[in-house]
Amino acid sequence: MSDLTDLYQEVILDHGRKPRNFRPMPDATATAEGLNPLCGDHYQVFLKLDGDRIADVSFQGSGCAISKASASLMSAALKGKTAAEAEDLFQRFHKMVVEGDASQADGLGKLAVLKGVADFPTRVKCASLAWHALHSALRGEVQPATTE
Amino acid sequence: MSFDVEAIRRQFPVLSQRPHGKRLAFLDSGATAQKPQAVIDAVTRFYDRDNSNVHRGVYDLAERATAAFEGARKKVARWIGAEPREVIFTRGTTEGVNLVAQSWGRAHVGAGDEILVTGMEHHSNIVPWQLLAAEKGAKLVVVPVDDSGQVHLADFERLIGPRTRIVAVTQVSNALGTVNPVKEIVALAHARGVPALVDGAQAVPHMKVDVRDLDADFYVFSGHKMFGPTGIGVLYGKARLLEAMPPWQGGGDMILSVSFSGTRFNTIPYKFEAGTPDAAGAVGLGAAIDWLEGLDRSAVEAHERDLLAYATARLSAVPGLRVIGTAPGKAAVISFVMEGVHPHDVGTILDAEGVAVRAGHHCAQPLMERFGVPATVRASMALYNTREDVDQLIQGLGRVREMFP
Repeated sequence: MSDLTDLYQEVILDHGRKPRNFRPMPDATATAEGLNPLCGDHYQVFLKLDGDRIADVSFQGSGCAISKASASLMSAALKGKTAAEAEDLFQRFHKMVVEGDASQADGLGKLAVLKGVADFPTRVKCASLAWHALHSALRGEVQPATTE
Repeated sequence: MSFDVEAIRRQFPVLSQRPHGKRLAFLDSGATAQKPQAVIDAVTRFYDRDNSNVHRGVYDLAERATAAFEGARKKVARWIGAEPREVIFTRGTTEGVNLVAQSWGRAHVGAGDEILVTGMEHHSNIVPWQLLAAEKGAKLVVVPVDDSGQVHLADFERLIGPRTRIVAVTQVSNALGTVNPVKEIVALAHARGVPALVDGAQAVPHMKVDVRDLDADFYVFSGHKMFGPTGIGVLYGKARLLEAMPPWQGGGDMILSVSFSGTRFNTIPYKFEAGTPDAAGAVGLGAAIDWLEGLDRSAVEAHERDLLAYATARLSAVPGLRVIGTAPGKAAVISFVMEGVHPHDVGTILDAEGVAVRAGHHCAQPLMERFGVPATVRASMALYNTREDVDQLIQGLGRVREMFP
């Protein structure tokens, strides 16, 4: 196992404590729920699409520092992106965190701080939870997204 | 007999390992208990020497396998004060509740009827009843849990009504450690002519259970939480109830004769044991009972009481820590939350210190909701735990506070 400080980096702790875009969005054009049945972590991700572009993104819910920081960093990274760009970020993030492909970190900007999660298999689902919700929201799926 | 915890610990191979280079403080026995060598050996011996299908062959091996399997049933029966035919082997507590809900429940619960549970039930004693209620148009009525994590007999008295068909209650809360007065609850139910199911999953590792004394109509538990193997559990039911119940799953072993013009079912307990059972698991459970019976029960209970008191005192002294579930006379289970840190993060940091705890909702989401927390950290102790384990937990929580000041 890697050192804990690889997991709980300052940026992650900061976003976990003070999540960005942590608010409801009454005029969202797409929304989806992310649910980890194992631990009960639960988020709602909201998107406002302006044509193909993500004009605004926010989230709400409860969960651990890792899941909250990941959702927060995700929301900051997505603003202004097109749906296709968001999908590309999702794929890169998935490769980095779930498959442990560290080379993806280069194209992920601030999200690269979550690289260390790959070394903590029990926490990978925390980091990917909001992303699965995003994925569902972009596809307009109705069932809550889970990490299972 | 006295109680030598170090001698006990030496019988549990798992406990000697060093995760992340640290001494293992295993504080998650509420999820599953570790197994003593005697249980591991009994399962191995079964496969080494006696394995064959039970109740089938006429050869020597088959006879030995059947004798071992039925011998395990007799041990369980003696251990809980039942008759062997009242002991049905299941996969575990969950399957036991489902069996009762589907077999007894479908025959006795109808539209507008009520099923009484408590607010501290494990999902396994909620969802099977919800499925039944949805199918029949019945409803679940929930006995409230107070701020200390207790239920009150007066609420049972108030809520057991003319439409109540069954009371399903846990003996020990898996999330809080509360020990419920199940004997009194069963008596209240019986006074209104209502049968009661007791979920004993968290009770059997900690206390002696006598189903006749409790007068429970059904009593369910799992082998793996009482130092036996996973995949084996027990449903005890009063013989006259089991005899009147329709079969649940159909298949081999549960029949007397099969023909396309009609099938005759076997007697209890076999009527409820379709298919090849987990014979090795049953043998392992029997070995766990033998092992438990070799211990000084009152010394074990005193040891666990000491651990609980010590852990409660030390945890209560941690700044920003709140213990959830403060009922008197608890089992050795402590749930808590730390201000500003999610239980999941606490669990990961403790893991790095060699401390294994459960972090989550403990399959008791309604109870978490009751206490206004999404999850808790749970330290659940068993007879092999020591004050050193508690000290290691406290030290680990210090590390948590360093990372989440």
